[in-house]
Amino acid sequence: MKLLFHIGRYFMLMHRTLRRPEKWSIYRRQIFREIDVIGIGSLGIVAIISVFMGAVITIQSAFGFESPWIPLYAVGVATRDSIILEFSPTIVSLILAGKVGSSIASEIGNMRVSEQIDALEVMGINSAGYLILPKIIASVFILPFLVIISMFLGHFGGYVFGVVTGVVTSYEFVYGIQYEFHPFNVYYALVKIACFAFIIPSVSAYQGYYTKGGSLEVGAASIRAVVYSIIVVLLFNFIVTQLLLA
Amino acid sequence: MIEVKNVSKSFGDRPIVKDFSFVFERGKANLIIGESGTGKSVLTKCMVGLVEVDRGEVLYDGQDFVKMNYEQRKLIRKEIGMLFQGGALFDSMTVEENVMFPLSMFTEMPESEKRDRAHFCLKRVNLPNAAKLYPAEISGGMKKRVAIARAISLQPKYLFCDEPNSGLDPRTSILIDELIMEITLEYQITTVVITHDMNSVLEIGDKIAFLHNGEKWWEGNRKEILTSDNKELSDFVYATKFLREFRDRLRT
Repeated sequence: MKLLFHIGRYFMLMHRTLRRPEKWSIYRRQIFREIDVIGIGSLGIVAIISVFMGAVITIQSAFGFESPWIPLYAVGVATRDSIILEFSPTIVSLILAGKVGSSIASEIGNMRVSEQIDALEVMGINSAGYLILPKIIASVFILPFLVIISMFLGHFGGYVFGVVTGVVTSYEFVYGIQYEFHPFNVYYALVKIACFAFIIPSVSAYQGYYTKGGSLEVGAASIRAVVYSIIVVLLFNFIVTQLLLA
Repeated sequence: MIEVKNVSKSFGDRPIVKDFSFVFERGKANLIIGESGTGKSVLTKCMVGLVEVDRGEVLYDGQDFVKMNYEQRKLIRKEIGMLFQGGALFDSMTVEENVMFPLSMFTEMPESEKRDRAHFCLKRVNLPNAAKLYPAEISGGMKKRVAIARAISLQPKYLFCDEPNSGLDPRTSILIDELIMEITLEYQITTVVITHDMNSVLEIGDKIAFLHNGEKWWEGNRKEILTSDNKELSDFVYATKFLREFRDRLRT
């Protein structure tokens, strides 16, 4: 029953969030601000993680393919498919659910407990729209770019560390990542990230928006935001995969 | 003028406001007083629509706010200014941006005009030099004054003040009270003040409703409150030793 209550309230909040904005010029400014916070602010962590994850995937693949029957370029194939299909869209989303989700929940939760949301409502402003819509638009716009950057850096990390450690040659790795490349896989990854880019800010904002109490509850809302965002992302990872690949 | 008729509100089976009726007059400071937990804040939230009433009417110059839909309420809310207990200033904006915010949202004024209006409002609340500061950089009293400046930036017809003196020293409290009174008279606003501060009651109470256990127990003005024989009101008014001594002196 409690789950149904939260699902119902989440959809009601989204209905309010997606109402026509009072003034687009104000929302536009907010969207650019959120692109900076969510996208540019996450670029560093995404870059570092992508390079090292690409490296680890390459080395692990080479370790697993130590057989004369498997060609060495299979390391490149495995690295490419792991990065494009799962690592970049899903793992990066899980990391962003932690970083961006907690910050959204604590920002909105703090506004709730300090009556800033009430102040917006009394002014006649749709607080849900003003606070949440720019975050969702910014996230849906910028996360696909982050994932594409992550894909490139993952391959770059795999290439550099694979060649430097000697587990694969430059030629075989490059041949591997080009071998039987299906552009549909990138499309699948982008569809996934578009879903996750909606889920992360909306689920986190829901947790912050209905915070009650004080700073302790704001902290608890941040934790819930991360946990529920991750659960919903994993659930939709399964659903989208089933729909597009099965 | 705001007319509240038979408003009731319960949370679960716990009644908070019971059948409250009162007329809040224009150009006057209308006070809702009472002990903590008697439903003052809930009543105000019912009046501005932050909490839905269970029963009753809230009439803003004759228009029933309770029956309005979201869009109709938005039109009334543009005419409401509200001063929250903690100020409720937006942390990410400077003082100037806070005051300009309602103007940016609801007017097509050019940037320079909005800035001029914000500076005028800040000057009106005696804060001409705080424009570029952030809320975290100013004191509690200054926050309340900025909140008043923001509340009056759109020239509201109705001003709600939720415990404007809480957490302030006596001198700053008096300044805030004077400011609320001046603004009420100057712009002929219907001002609603929630307070349990007796200094405020005696300073600005043009019209007072005393709330006890969610019910209106008494109504009158600041002159009548000192001589009322209502027991609950007397217990509230003369709760401090200083006021009890003052009453005893009056009697002798």
